[in-house]
Amino acid sequence: MSERAGAAAPGRGFTAFSDTLDVAWRNLLTLVRTPQALVFAVIQPVIFVLLFRYAFGGAIRVPGPDYVDFLMPGIFAQTVAFGAIATAVGLSADLRTGLLVRFRTLPMARIAVLGGRTVADLARNLLVITVMTGIGFAAGFRSPHGAGAVLAALGLVVAFGYALSWGFAALGLRVSDPEAAQAAGVPVVFVLVFTSAAFVPSTSMPGWLQAFGTHQPVNALVSAERALILGGPAAHDVLISLAWSAGLLLVFTLVATRSYARMGR
Amino acid sequence: MPAREGWMMSDIALEADGLAKSFGDVVALDGLSFAASPGAVLGLLGPNGSGKTTSVSILSTALRPDGGRATVRGLDVVRDAAQVRRVIGFAGQFAAVDANLTGRENLALIGRLSRLGRAQARARATELLDGFGLGEAADRLVRTYSGGMRRRLDLAAALLHRPPVLFLDEPTTGLDLESRRGLWEAVRELSRSGTTVLLTTQYLEEADALADEIVILAGGRIAGTGTPAQLKAKFGAVVFALGFSREAAAQDAQAALASAGHEPSRAGLRLEVRSAAGSGALAGVLRALDGRAPDPVSVAVREPTLDDVFLSLTAGGRAGSAA
Repeated sequence: MSERAGAAAPGRGFTAFSDTLDVAWRNLLTLVRTPQALVFAVIQPVIFVLLFRYAFGGAIRVPGPDYVDFLMPGIFAQTVAFGAIATAVGLSADLRTGLLVRFRTLPMARIAVLGGRTVADLARNLLVITVMTGIGFAAGFRSPHGAGAVLAALGLVVAFGYALSWGFAALGLRVSDPEAAQAAGVPVVFVLVFTSAAFVPSTSMPGWLQAFGTHQPVNALVSAERALILGGPAAHDVLISLAWSAGLLLVFTLVATRSYARMGR
Repeated sequence: MPAREGWMMSDIALEADGLAKSFGDVVALDGLSFAASPGAVLGLLGPNGSGKTTSVSILSTALRPDGGRATVRGLDVVRDAAQVRRVIGFAGQFAAVDANLTGRENLALIGRLSRLGRAQARARATELLDGFGLGEAADRLVRTYSGGMRRRLDLAAALLHRPPVLFLDEPTTGLDLESRRGLWEAVRELSRSGTTVLLTTQYLEEADALADEIVILAGGRIAGTGTPAQLKAKFGAVVFALGFSREAAAQDAQAALASAGHEPSRAGLRLEVRSAAGSGALAGVLRALDGRAPDPVSVAVREPTLDDVFLSLTAGGRAGSAA
């Protein structure tokens, strides 16, 4: 019996795909078995929905729609933005335990380490957003344009979350300490989310802040979601959000794969 | 061995040739060369920071050298890294297993990533779990395992695809005696079945117990090489340390011991005599002084330690700062 891969060996593409799924599955098992991580991922967004809907919502005036319809696109964006930090935390934890060094010595597809992590986080986002949508629906969230519009908006949300995950993957590879990864990630996301129109209309912000807040990817995402869900001309906003996500995905995958390759230098 | 089929290279399982590696200003490896023949256990012995882990990381493709080259079964670890990874197993300094998976899930995952099919990975996992005494704990989460169990699982993970070359970086650091002995037995068994093992350790005893050939590292360079027997013959001496109250007395004693066939070394009031015959030779040493020099004011017997080996091997440039 030879150890060498024979003619029947699967192609590289298949190897990359199956290794990515294997690593993703492992990350999801880990998530499910770490209650605090699961609570952070799922329960917290639900609490935010209820909190903003019932506790703060009455005090926030928005032009036009019910606050819950204004709110949900913002909370979806907030959730995937903060959720992306988990990508950095997970990778830096694997770096600390030595698992990434082991992976480097295995005949596995190299892309699977980062691919498996980001795909697992994508799956987690899908779960969280499904739960949130259900809670939101129960709290009165509706779109005059129907389920199709909501699904399209959620597609934008998931795409943005996936792109951002790659950015945080690059961060996670640079700090071998999950707490440091968290500490580095939170302020960035905080600024992006709270200067956007996620919770309040940008028009209430001072001019300089508005200028920044309306020209960044979280705001682009929220605007596109609202255009789809609440109605109005959506194509322009959707394209801008998609362009942000595609651009970030391209840059971040390059940076992250480069960081991974450079770990051995 | 079936695993060696088709391997027509020279009779060297792994080789480092002038390896150099720096991390910023810190020189980790400074032109390191060594080799191991198939089925041999090569021990890299040295203190923290001597370059052991860096060496193993380069040989196992986890790290690129800045200079020099390394091969595993004739395959270059940089150029042919993908092929090297198919023939090596690696267990690092920390048990690199996932605490939130069961032992079986860990092995199944690593097995799949080691290019075993799903069924084969599962079968090998069961086989190794039983072989390493983890059969009962196989379906428990690894976070409930003891340190020794984790290390055994980690070693099992390195063996899933039956690699002909195995790298173990300080495999027993932090283990209790029983776990350590168990791991030693596993390494011996692998070596008997033809696996080439490169092992790093801080413990002279461990290198002695396992290695066919020892390379002693200090500051990223080779400080000495040899079989355990050779090294022990050279450095395994008991040291008698004799203290005197006056320099003149110490000088007299030095002369008396030298004329009796000993090779004393003196530092001020202190004489050191080495003996390969064990601590019982103390009587002879004292007899040699009798009537020819004042009695020593203190006598200490020091069994050989790794420090002695390092001091002997790195004498010269470093001796002053080490004293």
